[in-house]
Amino acid sequence: MKILVTVTEVADADDEFEISGTSIADQYLTYDLNEWDDYAIEEAVQLSEEHDDIEVVTVTFGAERVEETIRTALAKGADRAIRVWDDSFEGKTILDPSQKAELLAGVVEEEEPDLVLSGVQSGDVAIGATGVALAEKIGYEWAAVVNQLDLDRDSGVASVHRELEGGVEELTDVEPPAVLTIQTGINEPRYASLRGIRQAQSKPLDVVSPDDLGVELEESAIELTELVEPESESDTELFEGSPEETAGQLAEFLREQGVGA
Amino acid sequence: MSDVLVVAEHRRGELRDVSYELLTAGRELADSTGGDVHAAVISGDVDSYAEDLNREGVDAVHTVEYGEEFNHGVYTQAVEQLADEIDAQYVVAGNTVNGLDFVPAVAERLDLPLVTDAVAFETGDGLSVIRELYSGKTEGTVEVDSEEAFVTVRPGEWPAAEGTGDAAIEAFDADIDESELDTTVNGFEEVGSGDVDITEADVLVSVGRGIEEEDNLPIIHELADALGATVSASRPIVDNGWLGQERQVGQSGKKVTPDIYIAIGISGAVQHVAGMKGADTIIAINNDPSAPIYDIADYGIVDDLFDVVPALTEEFGG
Ligand SMILES: Cc1cc2nc3c(=O)[nH]c(=O)nc-3n(C[C@H](O)[C@H](O)[C@H](O)COP(=O)(O)OP(=O)(O)OC[C@H]3O[C@@H](n4cnc5c(N)ncnc54)[C@H](O)[C@@H]3O)c2cc1C
Repeated sequence: MKILVTVTEVADADDEFEISGTSIADQYLTYDLNEWDDYAIEEAVQLSEEHDDIEVVTVTFGAERVEETIRTALAKGADRAIRVWDDSFEGKTILDPSQKAELLAGVVEEEEPDLVLSGVQSGDVAIGATGVALAEKIGYEWAAVVNQLDLDRDSGVASVHRELEGGVEELTDVEPPAVLTIQTGINEPRYASLRGIRQAQSKPLDVVSPDDLGVELEESAIELTELVEPESESDTELFEGSPEETAGQLAEFLREQGVGA
Repeated sequence: MSDVLVVAEHRRGELRDVSYELLTAGRELADSTGGDVHAAVISGDVDSYAEDLNREGVDAVHTVEYGEEFNHGVYTQAVEQLADEIDAQYVVAGNTVNGLDFVPAVAERLDLPLVTDAVAFETGDGLSVIRELYSGKTEGTVEVDSEEAFVTVRPGEWPAAEGTGDAAIEAFDADIDESELDTTVNGFEEVGSGDVDITEADVLVSVGRGIEEEDNLPIIHELADALGATVSASRPIVDNGWLGQERQVGQSGKKVTPDIYIAIGISGAVQHVAGMKGADTIIAINNDPSAPIYDIADYGIVDDLFDVVPALTEEFGG
Protein backbone atom coordinates (compact mmCIF):
# COMPACT_ATOMS: atom_id res chain seq x y z
CA MET A 1 0.00 0.00 0.00
CA LYS A 2 1.18 3.46 -0.82
CA ILE A 3 0.36 6.83 0.77
CA LEU A 4 1.17 10.04 -1.05
CA VAL A 5 1.45 13.13 1.13
CA THR A 6 1.30 16.54 -0.47
CA VAL A 7 3.76 18.81 1.27
CA THR A 8 4.07 22.51 0.77
CA GLU A 9 6.07 25.34 2.17
CA VAL A 10 4.35 28.45 3.45
CA ALA A 11 5.55 32.00 3.70
CA ASP A 12 5.18 33.83 6.97
CA ALA A 13 5.41 37.62 6.88
CA ASP A 14 7.44 39.59 9.41
CA ASP A 15 5.66 41.99 11.76
CA GLU A 16 6.75 44.85 9.54
CA PHE A 17 6.81 44.21 5.81
CA GLU A 18 6.52 45.85 2.43
CA ILE A 19 4.56 44.77 -0.59
CA SER A 20 6.29 44.59 -3.92
CA GLY A 21 3.96 44.07 -6.87
CA THR A 22 1.42 41.45 -5.86
CA SER A 23 3.57 39.80 -3.25
CA ILE A 24 5.23 40.58 0.04
CA ALA A 25 8.86 41.45 -0.68
CA ASP A 26 10.97 38.35 -0.17
CA GLN A 27 13.23 39.80 2.52
CA TYR A 28 10.22 39.99 4.86
CA LEU A 29 9.23 36.36 4.40
CA THR A 30 10.33 33.26 6.24
CA TYR A 31 9.48 29.86 4.80
CA ASP A 32 8.44 26.86 6.76
CA LEU A 33 6.66 23.52 6.43
CA ASN A 34 2.90 24.11 6.23
CA GLU A 35 1.38 23.38 9.63
CA TRP A 36 -1.45 21.25 8.20
CA ASP A 37 0.96 19.16 6.12
CA ASP A 38 3.01 18.40 9.21
CA TYR A 39 -0.04 16.59 10.59
CA ALA A 40 -0.60 14.83 7.25
CA ILE A 41 2.99 13.55 7.24
CA GLU A 42 2.64 12.33 10.81
CA GLU A 43 -0.60 10.51 10.02
CA ALA A 44 1.02 8.73 7.08
CA VAL A 45 4.15 7.85 9.02
CA GLN A 46 2.11 6.46 11.92
CA LEU A 47 0.19 4.25 9.50
CA SER A 48 3.44 3.02 7.98
CA GLU A 49 4.73 2.19 11.44
CA GLU A 50 1.61 0.14 12.15
CA HIS A 51 1.72 -1.70 8.83
CA ASP A 52 5.04 -2.88 7.39
CA ASP A 53 3.91 -2.78 3.81
CA ILE A 54 3.02 0.90 3.63
CA GLU A 55 5.27 3.21 1.67
CA VAL A 56 5.07 6.95 2.30
CA VAL A 57 5.96 9.23 -0.59
CA THR A 58 5.82 13.02 -0.48
CA VAL A 59 5.19 15.38 -3.35
CA THR A 60 6.04 19.07 -3.32
CA PHE A 61 5.77 21.72 -5.94
CA GLY A 62 8.54 24.27 -5.65
CA ALA A 63 11.98 25.63 -6.47
CA GLU A 64 15.17 24.13 -5.10
CA ARG A 65 14.76 26.06 -1.85
CA VAL A 66 11.90 23.76 -0.79
CA GLU A 67 14.26 20.79 -0.56
CA GLU A 68 15.03 21.82 3.00
CA THR A 69 11.36 21.41 3.88
CA ILE A 70 11.17 18.15 1.95
CA ARG A 71 14.17 16.79 3.90
CA THR A 72 12.26 17.60 7.08
CA ALA A 73 9.40 15.40 5.89
CA LEU A 74 11.89 12.64 5.04
CA ALA A 75 13.54 13.03 8.43
CA LYS A 76 10.16 12.54 10.08
CA GLY A 77 9.80 9.20 8.38
CA ALA A 78 8.62 9.53 4.78
CA ASP A 79 10.39 7.01 2.53
CA ARG A 80 11.03 9.11 -0.54
CA ALA A 81 10.14 12.43 -2.08
CA ILE A 82 9.22 13.95 -5.40
CA ARG A 83 9.72 17.60 -6.22
CA VAL A 84 7.86 19.02 -9.20
CA TRP A 85 9.39 22.07 -10.77
CA ASP A 86 10.28 23.91 -13.88
CA ASP A 87 12.08 27.26 -13.95
CA SER A 88 9.24 28.89 -15.84
CA PHE A 89 7.32 28.95 -12.53
CA GLU A 90 10.00 31.06 -10.83
CA GLY A 91 8.48 33.95 -8.93
CA LYS A 92 4.87 32.89 -9.55
CA THR A 93 2.37 32.01 -6.86
CA ILE A 94 -0.28 29.60 -8.05
CA LEU A 95 -3.63 30.58 -6.59
CA ASP A 96 -5.77 28.40 -8.80
CA PRO A 97 -6.63 25.16 -6.96
CA SER A 98 -7.29 23.48 -10.27
CA GLN A 99 -3.77 24.19 -11.48
CA LYS A 100 -2.27 22.87 -8.27
CA ALA A 101 -4.44 19.80 -8.61
CA GLU A 102 -3.33 19.34 -12.20
CA LEU A 103 0.33 19.27 -11.20
CA LEU A 104 -0.35 16.83 -8.38
CA ALA A 105 -2.54 14.67 -10.60
CA GLY A 106 0.45 14.04 -12.85
CA VAL A 107 2.28 12.51 -9.89
CA VAL A 108 -0.75 10.54 -8.70
CA GLU A 109 -1.05 8.98 -12.11
CA GLU A 110 2.57 7.80 -11.98
CA GLU A 111 2.50 6.65 -8.37
CA GLU A 112 -1.03 5.29 -8.08
CA PRO A 113 -1.27 5.71 -4.31
CA ASP A 114 -4.14 4.20 -2.32
CA LEU A 115 -4.41 7.26 -0.13
CA VAL A 116 -3.44 10.85 -0.69
CA LEU A 117 -3.15 12.95 2.45
CA SER A 118 -3.17 16.73 2.01
CA GLY A 119 -3.31 19.51 4.54
CA VAL A 120 -6.72 21.20 4.85
CA GLN A 121 -5.11 24.39 3.59
CA SER A 122 -1.79 26.14 3.14
CA GLY A 123 -1.48 28.54 6.04
CA ASP A 124 -0.43 31.50 3.90
CA VAL A 125 -2.92 31.61 1.01
CA ALA A 126 -5.62 29.56 2.77
CA ILE A 127 -7.44 28.41 -0.37
CA GLY A 128 -8.48 25.08 1.08
CA ALA A 129 -9.65 23.51 -2.17
CA THR A 130 -6.71 21.69 -3.70
CA GLY A 131 -7.28 18.28 -2.12
CA VAL A 132 -10.91 17.97 -3.21
CA ALA A 133 -10.15 19.38 -6.68
CA LEU A 134 -7.40 16.77 -7.00
CA ALA A 135 -9.74 13.97 -5.95
CA GLU A 136 -12.27 14.93 -8.58
CA LYS A 137 -9.60 15.24 -11.26
CA ILE A 138 -8.18 11.78 -10.65
CA GLY A 139 -11.47 10.06 -9.90
CA TYR A 140 -10.70 9.31 -6.23
CA GLU A 141 -13.13 9.55 -3.34
CA TRP A 142 -12.41 12.21 -0.75
CA ALA A 143 -13.17 13.72 2.64
CA ALA A 144 -12.34 17.26 3.68
CA VAL A 145 -11.20 18.40 7.14
CA VAL A 146 -10.45 15.02 8.68
CA ASN A 147 -9.43 14.96 12.34
CA GLN A 148 -9.57 11.23 12.95
CA LEU A 149 -8.68 8.38 10.62
CA ASP A 150 -9.08 4.64 11.13
CA LEU A 151 -8.07 2.50 8.26
CA ASP A 152 -9.55 -0.99 8.17
CA ARG A 153 -7.12 -2.96 6.02
CA ASP A 154 -9.47 -5.96 5.70
CA SER A 155 -12.55 -4.15 4.50
CA GLY A 156 -10.47 -1.47 2.85
CA VAL A 157 -12.63 1.27 4.33
CA ALA A 158 -11.29 4.48 5.85
CA SER A 159 -13.50 5.58 8.73
CA VAL A 160 -12.97 9.25 9.37
CA HIS A 161 -14.24 12.06 11.52
CA ARG A 162 -14.77 15.30 9.65
CA GLU A 163 -14.50 18.30 11.91
CA LEU A 164 -17.51 20.50 11.28
CA GLU A 165 -18.23 23.85 12.90
CA GLY A 166 -19.20 24.33 16.54
CA GLY A 167 -17.75 21.22 18.14
CA VAL A 168 -19.58 18.71 15.95
CA GLU A 169 -17.86 15.94 14.05
CA GLU A 170 -19.28 13.97 11.15
CA LEU A 171 -18.59 10.22 11.14
CA THR A 172 -18.00 9.12 7.60
CA ASP A 173 -16.81 6.02 5.74
CA VAL A 174 -14.74 6.57 2.64
CA GLU A 175 -13.72 3.92 0.15
CA PRO A 176 -10.15 4.31 -1.04
CA PRO A 177 -8.51 5.21 -3.26
CA ALA A 178 -9.21 8.55 -1.68
CA VAL A 179 -7.84 11.97 -0.92
CA LEU A 180 -8.22 13.07 2.70
CA THR A 181 -7.53 16.62 3.77
CA ILE A 182 -6.00 16.55 7.22
CA GLN A 183 -6.86 18.94 10.03
CA THR A 184 -4.47 20.03 12.76
CA GLY A 185 -4.83 18.19 16.06
CA ILE A 186 -5.43 14.77 14.42
CA ASN A 187 -2.17 13.56 16.00
CA GLU A 188 0.97 14.90 17.61
CA PRO A 189 3.56 15.57 14.93
CA ARG A 190 6.98 14.39 15.96
CA TYR A 191 10.17 16.37 15.81
CA ALA A 192 12.74 15.03 13.42
CA SER A 193 15.32 13.03 15.36
CA LEU A 194 19.02 13.43 14.68
CA ARG A 195 19.03 9.91 13.31
CA GLY A 196 16.08 10.76 11.11
CA ILE A 197 17.84 13.85 9.81
CA ARG A 198 20.92 11.81 8.95
CA GLN A 199 18.87 9.13 7.21
CA ALA A 200 16.94 11.74 5.28
CA GLN A 201 20.11 12.77 3.48
CA SER A 202 20.29 9.43 1.71
CA LYS A 203 16.60 8.99 0.95
CA PRO A 204 15.60 9.44 -2.70
CA LEU A 205 14.40 12.89 -3.73
CA ASP A 206 13.47 12.97 -7.40
CA VAL A 207 12.97 16.16 -9.32
CA VAL A 208 10.52 16.03 -12.21
CA SER A 209 9.14 18.72 -14.46
CA PRO A 210 5.48 19.06 -15.40
CA ASP A 211 6.68 18.11 -18.86
CA ASP A 212 8.07 14.80 -17.59
CA LEU A 213 4.66 14.13 -16.05
CA GLY A 214 2.91 14.96 -19.29
CA VAL A 215 1.17 17.91 -17.63
CA GLU A 216 0.58 21.01 -19.63
CA LEU A 217 -1.00 23.77 -17.59
CA GLU A 218 -3.59 25.86 -19.31
CA GLU A 219 -3.56 29.53 -18.56
CA SER A 220 -5.49 30.15 -15.36
CA ALA A 221 -8.62 32.26 -15.38
CA ILE A 222 -7.68 33.54 -11.95
CA GLU A 223 -5.13 36.26 -11.43
CA LEU A 224 -4.01 38.19 -8.38
CA THR A 225 -3.94 41.74 -9.68
CA GLU A 226 -3.44 43.72 -6.50
CA LEU A 227 -2.18 43.16 -2.99
CA VAL A 228 -2.55 45.74 -0.25
CA GLU A 229 -2.11 46.02 3.45
CA PRO A 230 -5.69 46.78 4.41
CA GLU A 231 -6.32 50.17 5.92
CA SER A 232 -6.72 49.21 9.52
CA GLU A 233 -10.38 49.48 10.45
CA SER A 234 -9.08 49.30 13.91
CA ASP A 235 -9.93 51.83 16.52
CA THR A 236 -7.98 49.96 19.15
CA GLU A 237 -6.96 52.19 22.00
CA LEU A 238 -3.36 51.28 22.68
CA PHE A 239 -1.82 51.58 26.12
CA GLU A 240 1.68 52.93 25.74
CA GLY A 241 4.78 52.81 27.89
CA SER A 242 6.87 50.23 29.70
CA PRO A 243 5.23 46.87 30.54
CA GLU A 244 4.66 48.11 34.10
CA GLU A 245 2.99 51.26 32.78
CA THR A 246 0.80 49.53 30.22
CA ALA A 247 -0.14 46.82 32.71
CA GLY A 248 -1.02 49.57 35.18
CA GLN A 249 -3.30 51.34 32.69
CA LEU A 250 -4.99 48.10 31.69
CA ALA A 251 -5.46 47.18 35.36
CA GLU A 252 -7.12 50.51 35.99
CA PHE A 253 -9.49 49.94 33.08
CA LEU A 254 -10.30 46.42 34.27
CA ARG A 255 -11.01 47.64 37.80
CA GLU A 256 -13.37 50.26 36.41
CA GLN A 257 -15.20 47.37 34.75
CA GLY A 258 -15.45 45.65 38.09
CA VAL A 259 -12.92 42.93 37.29
CA GLY A 260 -10.75 41.46 40.02
CA ALA A 261 -12.67 43.29 42.71
CA MET B 1 -26.84 33.34 -18.81
CA SER B 2 -26.83 35.93 -16.08
CA ASP B 3 -28.37 34.10 -13.13
CA VAL B 4 -26.73 33.30 -9.83
CA LEU B 5 -27.12 30.00 -8.00
CA VAL B 6 -26.74 30.04 -4.24
CA VAL B 7 -26.35 26.74 -2.39
CA ALA B 8 -27.87 26.83 1.09
CA GLU B 9 -26.46 24.89 4.02
CA HIS B 10 -28.26 23.08 6.79
CA ARG B 11 -27.40 20.65 9.52
CA ARG B 12 -29.45 18.49 11.83
CA GLY B 13 -32.74 20.06 10.92
CA GLU B 14 -31.74 23.70 10.74
CA LEU B 15 -30.59 26.05 8.04
CA ARG B 16 -27.20 27.45 8.98
CA ASP B 17 -26.92 31.25 9.35
CA VAL B 18 -24.49 31.46 6.47
CA SER B 19 -27.31 30.46 4.10
CA TYR B 20 -29.02 33.83 4.53
CA GLU B 21 -25.73 35.65 4.04
CA LEU B 22 -25.19 33.75 0.81
CA LEU B 23 -28.52 35.07 -0.44
CA THR B 24 -27.26 38.63 0.08
CA ALA B 25 -23.94 37.90 -1.60
CA GLY B 26 -25.82 36.23 -4.46
CA ARG B 27 -28.10 39.25 -4.80
CA GLU B 28 -25.06 41.53 -5.05
CA LEU B 29 -23.71 39.45 -7.93
CA ALA B 30 -27.09 39.19 -9.64
CA ASP B 31 -27.47 42.97 -9.49
CA SER B 32 -24.24 43.27 -11.42
CA THR B 33 -25.22 40.70 -14.05
CA GLY B 34 -28.84 41.76 -14.25
CA GLY B 35 -29.92 38.20 -13.53
CA ASP B 36 -32.00 36.31 -11.00
CA VAL B 37 -31.04 34.78 -7.68
CA HIS B 38 -31.78 31.06 -7.46
CA ALA B 39 -31.31 29.28 -4.16
CA ALA B 40 -30.79 25.53 -4.01
CA VAL B 41 -31.54 23.48 -0.94
CA ILE B 42 -30.56 19.84 -0.99
CA SER B 43 -31.58 17.01 1.37
CA GLY B 44 -33.50 17.12 4.63
CA ASP B 45 -36.79 18.93 5.08
CA VAL B 46 -36.39 20.92 1.90
CA ASP B 47 -39.92 22.34 1.81
CA SER B 48 -39.64 24.06 5.14
CA TYR B 49 -36.10 25.21 4.33
CA ALA B 50 -37.38 26.63 1.04
CA GLU B 51 -39.93 28.74 2.86
CA ASP B 52 -37.25 30.16 5.11
CA LEU B 53 -35.03 30.88 2.14
CA ASN B 54 -37.75 32.82 0.39
CA ARG B 55 -36.43 36.21 1.45
CA GLU B 56 -36.31 39.54 -0.27
CA GLY B 57 -34.24 39.48 -3.42
CA VAL B 58 -34.64 35.75 -4.05
CA ASP B 59 -36.33 34.84 -7.34
CA ALA B 60 -36.49 31.07 -7.15
CA VAL B 61 -35.81 28.28 -4.68
CA HIS B 62 -35.05 24.81 -6.03
CA THR B 63 -35.56 21.90 -3.68
CA VAL B 64 -33.77 18.61 -4.12
CA GLU B 65 -35.22 15.85 -2.05
CA TYR B 66 -32.61 13.19 -1.34
CA GLY B 67 -31.56 11.86 2.06
CA GLU B 68 -31.36 13.86 5.25
CA GLU B 69 -27.93 15.35 5.73
CA PHE B 70 -25.10 16.70 3.64
CA ASN B 71 -23.40 14.12 1.45
CA HIS B 72 -20.82 15.54 -0.93
CA GLY B 73 -21.64 13.10 -3.68
CA VAL B 74 -25.29 14.15 -3.68
CA TYR B 75 -24.44 17.84 -3.50
CA THR B 76 -21.85 17.58 -6.25
CA GLN B 77 -24.26 15.92 -8.66
CA ALA B 78 -27.27 18.07 -7.79
CA VAL B 79 -25.41 21.38 -8.03
CA GLU B 80 -23.75 20.37 -11.28
CA GLN B 81 -27.16 19.59 -12.79
CA LEU B 82 -28.87 22.68 -11.40
CA ALA B 83 -26.12 25.02 -12.56
CA ASP B 84 -26.58 23.54 -16.00
CA GLU B 85 -30.38 23.68 -15.87
CA ILE B 86 -30.57 27.36 -14.99
CA ASP B 87 -27.44 28.18 -16.96
CA ALA B 88 -25.89 29.88 -13.96
CA GLN B 89 -23.23 32.50 -14.43
CA TYR B 90 -22.02 32.37 -10.85
CA VAL B 91 -22.43 29.69 -8.21
CA VAL B 92 -22.06 30.87 -4.63
CA ALA B 93 -21.62 28.67 -1.56
CA GLY B 94 -20.28 29.05 1.96
CA ASN B 95 -16.58 28.88 2.68
CA THR B 96 -17.43 26.31 5.31
CA VAL B 97 -16.28 22.81 6.08
CA ASN B 98 -19.03 21.33 3.92
CA GLY B 99 -18.75 24.03 1.25
CA LEU B 100 -15.11 23.09 0.81
CA ASP B 101 -16.12 19.42 0.66
CA PHE B 102 -18.16 19.75 -2.53
CA VAL B 103 -17.61 23.06 -4.33
CA PRO B 104 -14.08 22.29 -5.60
CA ALA B 105 -15.42 19.05 -7.08
CA VAL B 106 -18.26 20.71 -8.97
CA ALA B 107 -16.00 23.50 -10.25
CA GLU B 108 -13.57 20.84 -11.43
CA ARG B 109 -16.29 18.85 -13.20
CA LEU B 110 -17.55 21.90 -15.02
CA ASP B 111 -14.01 23.09 -15.66
CA LEU B 112 -14.79 26.49 -14.17
CA PRO B 113 -12.59 28.68 -11.99
CA LEU B 114 -13.08 28.72 -8.23
CA VAL B 115 -12.13 31.49 -5.82
CA THR B 116 -12.54 30.64 -2.14
CA ASP B 117 -13.10 32.69 0.99
CA ALA B 118 -14.38 35.91 -0.59
CA VAL B 119 -14.81 38.85 1.78
CA ALA B 120 -16.05 41.29 -0.90
CA PHE B 121 -16.74 41.50 -4.62
CA GLU B 122 -15.83 44.11 -7.17
CA THR B 123 -18.25 43.89 -10.03
CA GLY B 124 -18.62 45.91 -13.15
CA ASP B 125 -16.53 44.70 -16.00
CA GLY B 126 -16.49 41.06 -14.92
CA LEU B 127 -15.87 39.81 -11.40
CA SER B 128 -13.05 40.43 -8.98
CA VAL B 129 -12.99 38.77 -5.60
CA ILE B 130 -11.36 40.35 -2.58
CA ARG B 131 -9.79 37.82 -0.21
CA GLU B 132 -7.15 37.80 2.46
CA LEU B 133 -3.67 36.45 1.89
CA TYR B 134 -0.69 35.86 4.21
CA SER B 135 -2.70 34.97 7.31
CA GLY B 136 -4.91 38.02 7.17
CA LYS B 137 -2.06 40.50 6.97
CA THR B 138 -2.82 41.49 3.39
CA GLU B 139 -5.82 41.69 1.11
CA GLY B 140 -5.68 40.64 -2.52
CA THR B 141 -7.83 41.34 -5.54
CA VAL B 142 -8.36 38.19 -7.56
CA GLU B 143 -9.56 38.89 -11.07
CA VAL B 144 -11.69 36.19 -12.65
CA ASP B 145 -11.25 36.10 -16.39
CA SER B 146 -14.18 33.86 -17.17
CA GLU B 147 -17.84 34.32 -17.94
CA GLU B 148 -18.80 31.75 -15.34
CA ALA B 149 -17.25 31.04 -11.97
CA PHE B 150 -17.64 29.47 -8.53
CA VAL B 151 -17.11 31.49 -5.39
CA THR B 152 -17.16 30.48 -1.74
CA VAL B 153 -17.99 33.26 0.66
CA ARG B 154 -16.60 33.81 4.15
CA PRO B 155 -19.29 33.52 6.84
CA GLY B 156 -20.11 36.74 8.66
CA GLU B 157 -19.08 39.15 5.88
CA TRP B 158 -22.45 39.78 4.19
CA PRO B 159 -25.55 40.67 6.17
CA ALA B 160 -28.33 38.08 6.28
CA ALA B 161 -31.10 38.54 3.72
CA GLU B 162 -34.33 39.59 5.39
CA GLY B 163 -38.02 39.96 4.74
CA THR B 164 -40.19 37.69 2.68
CA GLY B 165 -39.71 37.33 -1.03
CA ASP B 166 -41.94 36.11 -3.79
CA ALA B 167 -39.71 33.35 -5.01
CA ALA B 168 -41.11 30.49 -7.00
CA ILE B 169 -40.46 27.28 -5.05
CA GLU B 170 -39.81 24.41 -7.41
CA ALA B 171 -38.85 20.80 -6.86
CA PHE B 172 -35.83 19.88 -8.94
CA ASP B 173 -35.66 16.26 -9.92
CA ALA B 174 -31.92 15.67 -9.73
CA ASP B 175 -30.67 12.49 -11.28
CA ILE B 176 -28.42 11.12 -8.53
CA ASP B 177 -26.20 8.27 -9.65
CA GLU B 178 -25.92 6.11 -6.54
CA SER B 179 -22.96 4.18 -7.84
CA GLU B 180 -21.01 7.40 -7.47
CA LEU B 181 -21.79 7.72 -3.77
CA ASP B 182 -18.77 6.01 -2.27
CA THR B 183 -18.82 8.07 0.88
CA THR B 184 -21.32 7.30 3.60
CA VAL B 185 -22.20 9.61 6.44
CA ASN B 186 -23.04 7.55 9.53
CA GLY B 187 -23.82 10.24 12.07
CA PHE B 188 -22.48 13.00 14.24
CA GLU B 189 -20.57 13.27 17.45
CA GLU B 190 -20.43 16.25 19.79
CA VAL B 191 -17.01 17.00 21.16
CA GLY B 192 -15.60 19.49 23.60
CA SER B 193 -17.66 19.00 26.71
CA GLY B 194 -15.72 19.16 29.94
CA ASP B 195 -15.88 20.48 33.44
CA VAL B 196 -15.62 24.15 32.52
CA ASP B 197 -18.10 26.00 30.37
CA ILE B 198 -16.27 28.95 28.84
CA THR B 199 -19.50 30.19 27.27
CA GLU B 200 -20.74 31.07 30.76
CA ALA B 201 -17.71 33.14 31.81
CA ASP B 202 -17.89 36.93 32.21
CA VAL B 203 -14.16 37.36 31.81
CA LEU B 204 -11.97 35.13 29.66
CA VAL B 205 -8.18 35.13 29.66
CA SER B 206 -7.43 33.47 26.36
CA VAL B 207 -4.03 32.15 25.40
CA GLY B 208 -2.53 31.50 21.97
CA ARG B 209 0.60 30.19 20.34
CA GLY B 210 2.54 33.25 21.50
CA ILE B 211 2.94 31.44 24.82
CA GLU B 212 5.42 29.16 23.00
CA GLU B 213 5.62 26.32 25.51
CA GLU B 214 3.41 24.40 27.85
CA ASP B 215 5.79 25.26 30.68
CA ASN B 216 4.89 28.92 30.25
CA LEU B 217 1.18 28.38 30.84
CA PRO B 218 1.30 29.05 34.60
CA ILE B 219 1.60 32.82 33.98
CA ILE B 220 -1.78 32.65 32.21
CA HIS B 221 -3.43 30.68 35.01
CA GLU B 222 -1.96 33.06 37.57
CA LEU B 223 -3.43 36.04 35.75
CA ALA B 224 -6.81 34.36 35.43
CA ASP B 225 -6.80 33.51 39.14
CA ALA B 226 -5.91 37.06 40.09
CA LEU B 227 -8.73 38.42 37.91
CA GLY B 228 -11.26 35.78 38.86
CA ALA B 229 -11.43 34.89 35.17
CA THR B 230 -11.68 31.65 33.20
CA VAL B 231 -8.90 30.44 30.89
CA SER B 232 -9.71 29.76 27.25
CA ALA B 233 -7.44 29.23 24.24
CA SER B 234 -6.90 29.34 20.51
CA ARG B 235 -6.67 26.13 18.59
CA PRO B 236 -2.92 25.37 18.60
CA ILE B 237 -2.92 25.23 22.40
CA VAL B 238 -5.68 22.62 22.27
CA ASP B 239 -4.13 20.76 19.33
CA ASN B 240 -0.96 20.44 21.39
CA GLY B 241 -2.96 18.99 24.24
CA TRP B 242 -1.94 21.76 26.66
CA LEU B 243 -5.55 22.58 27.45
CA GLY B 244 -8.73 20.57 26.92
CA GLN B 245 -10.94 20.95 23.89
CA GLU B 246 -13.71 22.45 26.03
CA ARG B 247 -11.57 25.58 26.27
CA GLN B 248 -11.13 26.16 22.54
CA VAL B 249 -12.65 29.35 21.18
CA GLY B 250 -13.51 29.58 17.50
CA GLN B 251 -15.17 28.10 14.47
CA SER B 252 -14.63 24.52 15.54
CA GLY B 253 -14.68 25.26 19.24
CA LYS B 254 -16.99 27.41 21.30
CA LYS B 255 -18.65 30.70 20.53
CA VAL B 256 -18.20 32.97 23.53
CA THR B 257 -19.75 36.30 24.48
CA PRO B 258 -18.05 37.41 27.70
CA ASP B 259 -18.02 40.98 28.99
CA ILE B 260 -14.25 40.99 28.63
CA TYR B 261 -12.03 38.83 26.41
CA ILE B 262 -8.29 39.18 26.86
CA ALA B 263 -6.45 37.64 23.88
CA ILE B 264 -2.85 36.91 24.78
CA GLY B 265 -0.45 35.86 22.01
CA ILE B 266 -3.36 35.21 19.64
CA SER B 267 -3.08 36.49 16.06
CA GLY B 268 -6.81 36.76 15.40
CA ALA B 269 -7.26 34.27 12.54
CA VAL B 270 -10.75 34.31 11.03
CA GLN B 271 -11.62 30.92 12.53
CA HIS B 272 -10.69 32.20 15.96
CA VAL B 273 -12.50 35.51 15.59
CA ALA B 274 -15.66 33.64 14.57
CA GLY B 275 -15.86 32.44 18.15
CA MET B 276 -15.17 35.63 20.09
CA LYS B 277 -16.20 38.67 18.08
CA GLY B 278 -19.38 38.83 20.16
CA ALA B 279 -17.43 39.76 23.31
CA ASP B 280 -18.37 43.19 24.70
CA THR B 281 -14.80 44.34 25.17
CA ILE B 282 -11.81 42.77 23.46
CA ILE B 283 -8.31 43.38 24.78
CA ALA B 284 -5.24 42.16 22.87
CA ILE B 285 -1.74 41.61 24.15
CA ASN B 286 0.34 40.89 21.08
CA ASN B 287 3.77 42.21 20.09
CA ASP B 288 2.92 42.27 16.36
CA PRO B 289 1.09 45.51 15.53
CA SER B 290 0.02 44.07 12.16
CA ALA B 291 -1.72 41.06 13.74
CA PRO B 292 -5.38 40.93 12.61
CA ILE B 293 -6.53 40.78 16.24
CA TYR B 294 -6.02 44.55 16.30
CA ASP B 295 -8.76 44.93 13.66
CA ILE B 296 -11.30 43.98 16.30
CA ALA B 297 -9.64 44.77 19.62
CA ASP B 298 -10.99 47.68 21.67
CA TYR B 299 -7.83 47.98 23.76
CA GLY B 300 -4.35 46.71 23.15
CA ILE B 301 -0.82 46.44 24.39
CA VAL B 302 1.74 45.94 21.64
CA ASP B 303 4.44 44.35 23.70
CA ASP B 304 5.95 41.10 24.87
CA LEU B 305 3.40 39.04 26.76
CA PHE B 306 6.12 37.62 28.98
CA ASP B 307 6.66 41.13 30.37
CA VAL B 308 3.09 42.39 30.36
CA VAL B 309 1.24 39.40 31.77
CA PRO B 310 3.25 39.04 35.02
CA ALA B 311 3.09 42.82 35.54
CA LEU B 312 -0.69 42.73 35.14
CA THR B 313 -0.99 39.83 37.56
CA GLU B 314 1.04 41.80 40.06
CA GLU B 315 -1.36 44.75 39.72
CA PHE B 316 -4.06 42.47 41.04
CA GLY B 317 -1.94 41.25 43.91
CA GLY B 318 -1.19 37.90 42.24
C1 LIG C 1 -11.22 24.47 9.35
C2 LIG C 1 -10.45 25.24 10.39
C3 LIG C 1 -11.00 25.42 11.65
C4 LIG C 1 -10.30 26.15 12.62
N1 LIG C 1 -10.88 26.34 13.85
C5 LIG C 1 -10.25 27.12 14.78
C6 LIG C 1 -10.85 27.39 16.05
O1 LIG C 1 -11.95 26.93 16.38
N2 LIG C 1 -10.17 28.19 16.93
C7 LIG C 1 -8.95 28.74 16.65
O2 LIG C 1 -8.38 29.48 17.48
N3 LIG C 1 -8.35 28.48 15.45
C8 LIG C 1 -8.96 27.68 14.52
N4 LIG C 1 -8.32 27.39 13.32
C9 LIG C 1 -6.90 27.76 13.17
C10 LIG C 1 -6.65 29.19 12.78
O3 LIG C 1 -6.64 29.29 11.38
C11 LIG C 1 -5.27 29.65 13.29
O4 LIG C 1 -4.28 28.78 12.82
C12 LIG C 1 -5.18 29.73 14.82
O5 LIG C 1 -6.30 30.42 15.35
C13 LIG C 1 -3.91 30.45 15.23
O6 LIG C 1 -3.78 30.46 16.63
P1 LIG C 1 -2.91 31.55 17.36
O7 LIG C 1 -3.46 32.90 17.10
O8 LIG C 1 -2.78 31.15 18.78
O9 LIG C 1 -1.47 31.36 16.71
P2 LIG C 1 -0.68 32.27 15.67
O10 LIG C 1 -1.50 32.62 14.52
O11 LIG C 1 0.61 31.58 15.46
O12 LIG C 1 -0.45 33.63 16.48
C14 LIG C 1 0.41 33.77 17.57
C15 LIG C 1 0.46 35.26 17.90
O13 LIG C 1 1.23 35.45 19.05
C16 LIG C 1 1.99 36.63 18.91
N5 LIG C 1 3.16 36.50 19.79
C17 LIG C 1 4.20 35.64 19.65
N6 LIG C 1 5.08 35.80 20.65
C18 LIG C 1 4.58 36.78 21.44
C19 LIG C 1 5.04 37.40 22.63
N7 LIG C 1 6.19 37.02 23.23
N8 LIG C 1 4.30 38.39 23.16
C20 LIG C 1 3.13 38.80 22.58
N9 LIG C 1 2.65 38.23 21.45
C21 LIG C 1 3.37 37.23 20.89
C22 LIG C 1 2.35 36.68 17.46
O14 LIG C 1 2.59 38.04 17.07
C23 LIG C 1 1.10 36.09 16.80
O15 LIG C 1 0.21 37.12 16.38
C24 LIG C 1 -9.01 26.68 12.33
C25 LIG C 1 -8.47 26.50 11.06
C26 LIG C 1 -9.17 25.79 10.09
C27 LIG C 1 -8.59 25.65 8.73
